[in-house]
Amino acid sequence: MTGRVVAALARLLAGGYVRWDAPPPNGEPRVYFANHTSHLDFVLLWSYLPPSQRRRTRPVAARDYWEKGPLRRYFINRVFCGLLIDRSGPDARGAVDRMAEQVAAGDSLILFPEGTRGTGDRIAPFKAGLFHLCEAEPDVELVPVSLENLNRVLPKGELIPVPMVSRVIFRPTLRLEDGETKETFLARARTALKALREDGR
Amino acid sequence: MIEDRELLWLLTGLAGTLALATAAGQTLRLSVGGDTIANVNARIGAWWVMSIAFVAATLTGGIGSLVLFALLSMLALREFVTLSPTGRGDHRALAWSFFVVIPLQYVLVGIHWYGLFSILIPVYGFLFIATRIVLSGETEGFLERTATIQWGLMACVYCVSYAPALMLLDIDGYDASSGKLLLFLVVVVQSSDVLQFVWGKLIGRRRIAPTVSPNKTWEGFVGGVACATLVGTGLWWATPFNPWQAAAMSFVIAIAGFAGGLVMSAIKRDRGVKDFGSLLPGHGGVLDRIDSLLFAAPIFFHLTRFFF
Repeated sequence: MTGRVVAALARLLAGGYVRWDAPPPNGEPRVYFANHTSHLDFVLLWSYLPPSQRRRTRPVAARDYWEKGPLRRYFINRVFCGLLIDRSGPDARGAVDRMAEQVAAGDSLILFPEGTRGTGDRIAPFKAGLFHLCEAEPDVELVPVSLENLNRVLPKGELIPVPMVSRVIFRPTLRLEDGETKETFLARARTALKALREDGR
Repeated sequence: MIEDRELLWLLTGLAGTLALATAAGQTLRLSVGGDTIANVNARIGAWWVMSIAFVAATLTGGIGSLVLFALLSMLALREFVTLSPTGRGDHRALAWSFFVVIPLQYVLVGIHWYGLFSILIPVYGFLFIATRIVLSGETEGFLERTATIQWGLMACVYCVSYAPALMLLDIDGYDASSGKLLLFLVVVVQSSDVLQFVWGKLIGRRRIAPTVSPNKTWEGFVGGVACATLVGTGLWWATPFNPWQAAAMSFVIAIAGFAGGLVMSAIKRDRGVKDFGSLLPGHGGVLDRIDSLLFAAPIFFHLTRFFF
């Protein structure tokens, strides 16, 4: 119930244009990965998934941010069923194992491979986590999701979002190819998100 | 439920027109088909939704209309700002615009404070936005960014708020609070849009402003404005006007509406987009649908307030 309200609000505030180049979710676990500029990124992406899929699609979120304060804890745990991970420190590798466990159990994930929010001017190089996750679960389908304009809705460092029409584009799926190196794969995944402006509005 | 006879007739007429349009659209779909007809049918479907929302809001009295138009202002400004060259430094000014200026403007309309609602945005908003933006310290494109936000507030909030403000007019021997005058304005302005579209599709040849909007033709303009004036004249019994006055008002509304549509088209053309949004199937965004209302509402309000 809360989930539906949050999804509707997110779409009213920041929604507008959504396009599915990827086939719609069929219940098989998937990893959605997107460019990251705003706290609203995963909320809007999640709100455009079919309601039946939302409960089984867990955003991977940074523990250091989301465990601060009861409100953040409530939303990430109760509403979004987030998978909290440690961004740095000794457990960073353990994070990939936990993601792989979720995928093996049949859940989908939402991931931001840049590791942190950018300004929206460019997409930062990807962290290795996406590659290691695919090594552990080679069959999982990856869905690149291009998010546009969310850095204007709620930029880094601001508290109050401003309504704005944004674009969410689910791009054709990809997988880790046999024998693909880490560098080639991460570069390919990152390129799949780009071309933000090229496909006519 | 509705005691006002005239209002009841207006609503019956509206529902009848939409039913007729639906029947005609479905007939065309079966006999002719094609993309244009599909688009027309999508528009008719959206017209039902918009009409029902609008009528439901109007029937609740002033509050419903205020909330509806405040929401329309927010959605319109949201679409406007998306296409504007605003930057990081404008975020706070925009937050103020959406969450303080818009509610305040509609509250002022709601409490009938004409003296303040008619200058809030042109005077205080104008100065405040410039001040709030300069405090961000970002000077690149300062005037362009500031002017754009001020323009957005004027168009999407100030002008739109004149529509529900019609309900607070004090007219001798006429109950404006029933929403009939608001309904009159919206019916004339929107039928002018639709009829210009229809006449243009049927016999449109000579483009009226080829560099701005290739779909607007002289034939569509003349036919649409003339027919909308007839529609408005035919509704004189629901207004404080006699038939001649209703005709003159409708004519002014249709012309102002045309100007609004043209100006908003120029903005879209400059930004390289066809529509402001995609919220309303077949119509585009909210701003695409109310562009003609923006210009017609304040003029109609002030003419009525001055002469009646």
